[in-house]
Amino acid sequence: MLDILKTPVETFQDFIVLTGRAFKNIFRSPHYVDDILIQMDTIGVGSLPIVMLIGLFSGLIMGNQMARALRTYGAQGQIGPIVSITIIRELGPVLVALLVAGRNASGIASELGSMKVTEQIDAMRALGTDPIQKLVTPRLIATAITLPLLTVIADYLGLLGGFLIARFMFDIRSAQYWTPAWQTLVYNDVVQGLVKPLAFAILIALVGCFYGMRTSGGTEGVGRATTKAVVWSSIWIFIVTYFIGNIFVNL
Amino acid sequence: MPETQGESTVLEFRDISLRFGSEIALDHVSFAMSAGDSRIVFGVAGSGKTTLLKVALGLVKPDSGRVYVFGQDATDLKETAWFHLRARMGILFQEGGLFDSMNIAENVAYPLINQPALRERIGQNGAVDERVREALRFVELEHTLDKFPSELSGGMRRRVGIARAIVTEPPLLLYDSPTAGLDPITANTIINLIIKERDLRDAASILVTHRFQDGHLMADFRYNPDNGQIEKMPLKEDNQVKTKFFVMNGGRLVFVGTRAELRASTDPYVMKFAK
Repeated sequence: MLDILKTPVETFQDFIVLTGRAFKNIFRSPHYVDDILIQMDTIGVGSLPIVMLIGLFSGLIMGNQMARALRTYGAQGQIGPIVSITIIRELGPVLVALLVAGRNASGIASELGSMKVTEQIDAMRALGTDPIQKLVTPRLIATAITLPLLTVIADYLGLLGGFLIARFMFDIRSAQYWTPAWQTLVYNDVVQGLVKPLAFAILIALVGCFYGMRTSGGTEGVGRATTKAVVWSSIWIFIVTYFIGNIFVNL
Repeated sequence: MPETQGESTVLEFRDISLRFGSEIALDHVSFAMSAGDSRIVFGVAGSGKTTLLKVALGLVKPDSGRVYVFGQDATDLKETAWFHLRARMGILFQEGGLFDSMNIAENVAYPLINQPALRERIGQNGAVDERVREALRFVELEHTLDKFPSELSGGMRRRVGIARAIVTEPPLLLYDSPTAGLDPITANTIINLIIKERDLRDAASILVTHRFQDGHLMADFRYNPDNGQIEKMPLKEDNQVKTKFFVMNGGRLVFVGTRAELRASTDPYVMKFAK
């Protein structure tokens, strides 16, 4: 029985160690600012088009489905608040995080994994750099900065999508959509909508780096690491969003 | 870093053992080497040759035994302290270990810019550029400065790896299978470069290989600075002592000796590497 638990417990312990070292390095020199900027470009700017698309469509879909349901109760006017609360609290952060996990946790894991199997990580240590400082910490910082920003953009486009449906398919006036959509939001919602992407960002970057750094077994190993990184970061996104949501509900 | 006393031994292993899970990687390995010494390490795949180099570099910690680097007990050093020792070692990884994302000049400059111990000493950019050019000139690849590793052939990548290893002028050089997968002519070029580096600066070197010709060249040839050629060593000279051969099997050093002793060995495993 204990043997079955041994591997997952050890893996989790290694993950915590990596997390600790990655965070410690944020406050220690040398700081690789160039690497942070390059990663922000790859993760942030690179994900922007697809995040915008997903944001807009989640709003369009939400608006469409909700308006139909609300119409049976004659409550079409409620479409604004419903779209804005769902997207800002939950859908925006989770959808963007899942996208970035698919795009960047895999990217990070495969890049670091290839470096591992071609001895570039060993070479870094041999040539005087800490691979965690040089590779993991910049990716962590870059994701933590860009993911909340991406989420804000996606949230806005989601609201816009909801508006387009409300205005042009259900003939709701602009003010009737935007005013309640805006007024219904309280600080709790906004903070929740920003804390989540921050937590997801840390998760995505660290899970990607973790599986990348422990890649073994050549090219095939890189493939396995990439898959694991995406699967586990996605699973953790759902677990974490549930708990953060719970905390904020009780606040 | 100031030269400390008692540095005549560049590298010493005392009874080093290491396991990866249930697999024995190193089994009670002991040896010592001084400046100008060469050690040729033979052995089949998985016999612990690469692990030996990784322990010497502090990339892996041994389970038991002690490692002395430049006269200092380095066994329990922290990673940051190891950086200072590694600044005085050069390493060529099996596949070159070049960074794909950087061009050749950046790759060769990497240790100069990133080694904490060297950064302070070298400082200005001009000096780094000059050192990088010099190292690439040494391996005759000065024209590849702006290229990326993926644009070079296997042999050229290996030569860039050598340039990166020697750019810091380290007193100890470790070469992990520098000729693996190369054609014989390119392989000889690589070994000639290693001989040249050894003889010009009296660096200690460990060469891991499975090609017996590599060891033969290292033991019998030397670099003549007068005409810039690699030539056969006069037999009289007592050079044989400086070059020793190791044969590894299952993590153990099963043979340690000179070339003549290697030739005279009757052990069937050792004989595989004698001819």
